[in-house]
Amino acid sequence: MLAKDIVEAINATPLAIWNEHLLNKDYSSAFASDLMSDALALIQNSPDSVVLITGLCNAQVLRTAEMLDIEMIIFVRNKFLSEEDLEIAKEMGFNLFSTPHTMFKTCGLLYEKGLKSIYE
Amino acid sequence: MNSVIHEEYSVAQYDFANAGKASSSIKEHLKQLGVDPQVLRRIAVACYESEINLIIHAYGGDIILDVFDDGTIQLIFKDEGPGIEDIEKAMTPGFSTASEKARSMGFGAGMGLPNIKRVSDEFDIQSSSEGTTLTLRFKES
Repeated sequence: MLAKDIVEAINATPLAIWNEHLLNKDYSSAFASDLMSDALALIQNSPDSVVLITGLCNAQVLRTAEMLDIEMIIFVRNKFLSEEDLEIAKEMGFNLFSTPHTMFKTCGLLYEKGLKSIYE
Repeated sequence: MNSVIHEEYSVAQYDFANAGKASSSIKEHLKQLGVDPQVLRRIAVACYESEINLIIHAYGGDIILDVFDDGTIQLIFKDEGPGIEDIEKAMTPGFSTASEKARSMGFGAGMGLPNIKRVSDEFDIQSSSEGTTLTLRFKES
């Protein structure tokens, strides 16, 4: 699923686009959690870059994403990052989005459109 | 086996503002050395989890990176206490002694040490009330 189609499907707004060419990238899977320990434990084997969906908004989400080679993060329920954290995201070249939907609905909408879990 | 790269980083207790910076530098450095991306991700995950452990569980500590001439990458995490009371328990998935603050940052799920062990090619942990030393090794092939 193209990044720009993901954004449209969940009515997301960009918080920061530090890597414009990735908007045309095709992502096959996503992972949703507020627990970065789980993300670190489960995403490491994914061969491709995974979309991270979370309700947690702090620098540790960005660091976790950095370690896992994640490029696209979606924050649910209109959450946003501090200016300081946006600067960190800039250094890492992330694309960050915010959706008004709950995590459950965000996942449901994207799953329906064909985005898969990191493992079935 | 000779060390061709040796670097040391200090990490302070409860320094959440800088948590992950050392791991980020280490990942970047190893990437420049041309380490395989999948191996690099395993190293980055283990390093970051261990760095967080120094911040939330220890009185801070040091991270020592060595790259040896046979390609082995070694990370040592050394602190001066308080030590892990029961290592076997700490290695059990789901067991955690993390503070509320650590949990609010997204950690403390009790997955840290088991996950670090899983992604490492060699894993050794020694702990007493004087401190804990975690030694991890990774091989390219």
